[in-house]
Amino acid sequence: MRKIAVLVSCYICATLSAQTESDALFMAKRNLCGGFVYGNTSWKHYWEGTFYRDNANIGSFKSNSVMAMANYGIGNGLNLIASAAWIDNRVTAGTLIGQKGIQDLNVFLKKELLTKDIKGFNSSLVAVGGVSTPLSNYVADYLPISIGMRSKTASLRLLADVQKGHWYGTASAMYTRRNNVTIDRNAYYTTRMIYSNEVALPDLFSYNIRLGWRDGADKYYEVTADRMNSLGGFDIRKNDMPFLSNDMESFRVGVNIKYPVPRVSGMSIMAAGMQTLAGRNMGKATTLMAGVVYQGEFKKGDKK
Amino acid sequence: MSISVRTFGILSLLALASCSKEITERNMEFGALNPDKTDTSAGTWKPVLMTSATEFSCDVPIAVTSPDYKLQLLEIKSRQANMTDEDEEKLKYWSSGSVLRWNEILRELVAKYNLPPYQNPDATYPIPNSANPLAYPYFPFANPPYAARAYAYVSAAQYDALVAAYHYKGFYRRSRPSVIDNTIKELIPVVKDFAYPSEEAVVAGAAFGMMSMLFPGEQDYLQEKLNECIDMRILAGANVRSEVEAGVRLGKAVAGKFIARARTDRAGKAVGTPADWAKLESDAIARGETPWISQESPKRPPMLPLFGKTLGFLMDTTEVINNRPPAPPSTNSPEFAKELEEVLWFSQNPTRDRMRIVHFWGDGAGTYTPPGHWNAIACKDFVNLRFSEVRWARNLALLNMSMFDAAICCWDAKFYYFNPRPSQVNNKIKTLTGLPNFPAYTSGHSTFSGAAATLLGHVNPGRATDYMSMANEASNSRLYGAIHYRSDIEVGMNMGKMVGTKAVDRAKTDGAD
Repeated sequence: MRKIAVLVSCYICATLSAQTESDALFMAKRNLCGGFVYGNTSWKHYWEGTFYRDNANIGSFKSNSVMAMANYGIGNGLNLIASAAWIDNRVTAGTLIGQKGIQDLNVFLKKELLTKDIKGFNSSLVAVGGVSTPLSNYVADYLPISIGMRSKTASLRLLADVQKGHWYGTASAMYTRRNNVTIDRNAYYTTRMIYSNEVALPDLFSYNIRLGWRDGADKYYEVTADRMNSLGGFDIRKNDMPFLSNDMESFRVGVNIKYPVPRVSGMSIMAAGMQTLAGRNMGKATTLMAGVVYQGEFKKGDKK
Repeated sequence: MSISVRTFGILSLLALASCSKEITERNMEFGALNPDKTDTSAGTWKPVLMTSATEFSCDVPIAVTSPDYKLQLLEIKSRQANMTDEDEEKLKYWSSGSVLRWNEILRELVAKYNLPPYQNPDATYPIPNSANPLAYPYFPFANPPYAARAYAYVSAAQYDALVAAYHYKGFYRRSRPSVIDNTIKELIPVVKDFAYPSEEAVVAGAAFGMMSMLFPGEQDYLQEKLNECIDMRILAGANVRSEVEAGVRLGKAVAGKFIARARTDRAGKAVGTPADWAKLESDAIARGETPWISQESPKRPPMLPLFGKTLGFLMDTTEVINNRPPAPPSTNSPEFAKELEEVLWFSQNPTRDRMRIVHFWGDGAGTYTPPGHWNAIACKDFVNLRFSEVRWARNLALLNMSMFDAAICCWDAKFYYFNPRPSQVNNKIKTLTGLPNFPAYTSGHSTFSGAAATLLGHVNPGRATDYMSMANEASNSRLYGAIHYRSDIEVGMNMGKMVGTKAVDRAKTDGAD
């Protein structure tokens, strides 16, 4: 019998890219920022539906990833962001083999819709449209170990940001449309038998709040909270494996730091930590990230 | 470069709404049953358990001139006059055939119940109890041997019930409602044959009876499906109520005979006792072999270790023992070391295509099991072959009896030799799919598939080669998945073919070929 388990790895990518597509900061026109972020996510307990449990046939789930990202200022208040991650997922107990590889390409177009000074608060409204597509033929139907869900997605985030002095708050909500995925099986059970190799993934709705102190775009300290909900899906049955169309939910809190490297113009380091506090059909994950980004103006014939 | 806010918004929304999430389910695309042969002589075909086609009685139908019959014709007309959109969908669904749809219902229940129980706080495991099916752990745990047996009993009961039904159809020669009253419309293709008792209702009655025993927590669901199935015959104008009621009665009566046999086929004792489990281990040690040890944590007792003693339909216990394969390579032998090395290689060198094969044929926990997979393959092909209901039932009965007996032979070998899985002997071997909780030799997938492909190749010779290459792929998937040695899959395939041949031998003499 297949051994039991849980969680989701696709969520990692949203986590890692959160630094750029869910804040109100913009690269100036013709400026390019690029970097790498290392991430580590692990969990031992998970929610099987609402039942909180561990699983000695999984032990701990461990995910390591390296994400490459770039953010280009197409215009002032208009940024193009792209990212992709290499992910290595494994479990520490049982016999199930790990999975690794290049996951999905994520591309976001971020547009400042308006800025306004309201009683001394600098306020802005931002829209972020995103798409994602798998970059390799990885196996999706092998949760929780698969490195992603293989769904092509499109998302739209609306974001409001207020700042007074160095203090700020950002709130955003995002809708993610997820296309059907094709799996290697041609029949599967959810709450009934479905004779198809296609799986309909529920769309996602998430919201995110960030509070912090910032000085320009390369120095900030913030705390975050986010909630993600599948709009539909079903619970993992008792002692079953998780499946792509489960009802996945999570509530997480975290901290983010970005700090310029002294005496190296344009280079910053980033660090983040995130903890899942509540969930459904997902692992109670702890995520740690560290990265380096380099930023410069992009001119013709100048590879700065 | 400039993109207006409006364009940006519109593009995003277009991307979001670009394509539908609706999934085409291939079993919902099946057309109406429209057999090219009516098999009216099926009343003379050889039943599986019934002593004769007339072992169970079927009352004389009411006269077509009686007020009752006329009222039943009126019921059809009133039902058709009040047809809803939902009715139309159900009508289309059931028009594909009663044997097909009840087989799908069974596969769905197997998948629903195919989950190993969660452990107790003291690291033991609870055992499902048929007397209390709705309390966790739900009864049954529809694992592959349980499922193989369930598919066989349900299919064989349907077949026997149809043999009886065809006998009575020919005996009573009751014309269809639309022949008796030409104002009755038939909304689906209806076989130009006699109408009493309704064969679709016979199938439903047999399936309901048998499945109520196998899945005792699902009686309400099964009753709902039974009602729907017979209601659709009336709505279709294919049968009057007394024809479907007689059919359900006959089907249930035949199921009773199969239920009585299932209660005494020894499968109920297949779980064994802690003393049995310990003896399997000590016997293997006494033979100088490394015994199988559960790789689950906490350690789970082996799956149905005494299932090899179950009484099948094609072979008796003596035949099972006489056909037991020779021992696998000793765990101390160089041959064993070589086979273990090969498994390690497959574990460490997976390709995307081999992973696809492993997952396509995985059929592990929470699925309809390998026998369910072969039922799905068979049904998809049978739809195109335009079989009559009774030929559908006969071919599925042969298929499922072969896989039930294959399960018995396979489990007999597994627990006679009680050999370890590759990952038990070498912990560097990681598996590409869940590791089954029972000994390795022989591979269940290979045995099921060898039997299924052999039988299906006989009833559908045009695809015999395809079935055998599918079986080989299913068999290889277990080596690719690093959960079986090469001898498990090769010997398993041969054992499956041996059992499949017994089903073919039966097919040649049951009067249907």
